[in-house]
Amino acid sequence: MQQFLQQVVSGLASGGVYASLALALVLIYRSTEVINFAQGEMATFTTYVAWQLGHWGVPFWGAFFLTLAFAFVFGVTIERVVIRPFERGPVLTVVIVTIGLLVLLNGLDGWLWGAEIKSFHSAFPTRPINIGGVAFSLQDIGVIAVSLLAVFLLWLFFRHTKVGLAMRAAAVNPDSARLTGVRVGWMLALGWGLASMLGALSGLMIAPVVFLDPNMMQVVLIYAFAAAVLGGLQSPAGAVVGGLLLGVMLNLLGTYVHPVTPELRLPVALLVLLIVLLVKPSGLFGRAVVRKV
Amino acid sequence: MRGERLVKLGAIAGGAALVVVLGFTMTDYHQYQGGIVAYYLIAILGLNILTGYTGQISLGNGAFMAVGGYTTAILCGHHGWPELATIPVAAAVAGAAGFLFGIPALRLAGPYLALATFAIAVAVPSLAKRFDHFTGGSSGITLPIHTGHYLYWASWICAGIGYVVAWLVLRGRTGRAFRAVRDSEVAAVSSGVNLASYKTLAFGISAAYAGVAGALLAIGAAYTNPDTFPVTLSLYLLIGAVVGGLGSLWGVIFGALFIEYLPIYAQKTYFGFAFSKQAPSVVYGLVLILIMLVAPTGIVGLARRLRRSI
Repeated sequence: MQQFLQQVVSGLASGGVYASLALALVLIYRSTEVINFAQGEMATFTTYVAWQLGHWGVPFWGAFFLTLAFAFVFGVTIERVVIRPFERGPVLTVVIVTIGLLVLLNGLDGWLWGAEIKSFHSAFPTRPINIGGVAFSLQDIGVIAVSLLAVFLLWLFFRHTKVGLAMRAAAVNPDSARLTGVRVGWMLALGWGLASMLGALSGLMIAPVVFLDPNMMQVVLIYAFAAAVLGGLQSPAGAVVGGLLLGVMLNLLGTYVHPVTPELRLPVALLVLLIVLLVKPSGLFGRAVVRKV
Repeated sequence: MRGERLVKLGAIAGGAALVVVLGFTMTDYHQYQGGIVAYYLIAILGLNILTGYTGQISLGNGAFMAVGGYTTAILCGHHGWPELATIPVAAAVAGAAGFLFGIPALRLAGPYLALATFAIAVAVPSLAKRFDHFTGGSSGITLPIHTGHYLYWASWICAGIGYVVAWLVLRGRTGRAFRAVRDSEVAAVSSGVNLASYKTLAFGISAAYAGVAGALLAIGAAYTNPDTFPVTLSLYLLIGAVVGGLGSLWGVIFGALFIEYLPIYAQKTYFGFAFSKQAPSVVYGLVLILIMLVAPTGIVGLARRLRRSI
């Protein structure tokens, strides 16, 4: 039982990281039907920025918030400069462009900071805490708290601010939104900025665990894809639930089902992805899209 | 029209002659690189049939290369088959794998298909590590070592056959059906094209090409392990196809030259300024985005446009 609880909590912690990145993917997909293959690399880049700030002597939380601010500007800039020319292009073109961005940023990380692994300080102490006779890692609990807080803030933003409403309108029906005076183009850029911030958050939380290197987020990105598809690519709530569910499920499978060795964690996540795509492409929370021909 | 046809025939003859001459004159090291260009060409040709002609995006053709590569490595390294005899088997096994993947892929379109194919490309290294009984795990399988000359000829002969087969497939009824599926599925179905069978067929053909390329890669490297077929391989194939021009058989060669030689030239020192080891990725990424911006039809499309404007 003790082992079970520990595994669930640490699964929720990795799930929180997957959920943040999955939410970033969903934010972009909802408004433009673009799957951003570069989301993980954008997150890695911003995490390197945080590392650099720390290296220059900026205290942790200062670097944390500066990085989030940088991530926002970074995301907005990428949308305005790189993505915008392809807004109305075919799916294939946009996918290829985000892949170009993936390859470009990955090379840039290695160019600027070198390919060797860097250690990254955690915001939370690594010592365990004892609750009811079960030892939990404080870091896991901190990560869960940060991801839930981020999701809550985002929900408040979309639910209770005028900009949030405008962004939702731009995503659901761009033409009508434009007619009521919403600047749809900027709303999309704003969405990229927010997504980039969420990605930075996931990078900052995973870096102390897996160490920082240019390929850090590649695996996380796949888990985030699986989480987003599991919850439904259209549904932000689904991305969060999907992320947490996936984190816990992978941990429990790894602990109790012996053929699932650590090497198989990734293929199992991919299997989840494929099965959901084939059986219920709209995911757990999404609505099926009806296409008129 | 007739003149154009003559020019094309001349270009083919000239290209073939150049390949033969280089095969006797270049140093062994350069022939090795030339062999790599040829197997990239085969893989990009296969991807182009699927993505360029049939409109089905694949970010996972590296996975089918892995299937072909491991088929060759296992038959040759564990069972003592001669290398060249394994190539048709690698094509058949990878082709079957592609055909089987094509059946569930029928339900997916656009970004979802990109995701699913990306997923298989990412899964390959971990799967190869897990099932180490067949694949030798991380320590891999060793094959007999050959000269660059050997790889050059093996690869270019396969590439020549691949080119002819692709041309024969694409010029007739099948190619027309592929293009119809790409341009409008609705229109294709209403004119009697069986969507399911042509899409799976395209996946199968594309994977068979990838299988041959993977087999040649294994023979050339004389070694396979899980990291021989990384995700980036699949992405590079897409880059090659896009650079050459999706939906053109001519451009494939430029795509193959680009992905083989760019990293080599990008790492040299120019004017005392040395680029980093990571520079090729940066250039790949930039070129990919710029091409989509300026010349979405690749080098061939650009040339065509220039000729029309003159």
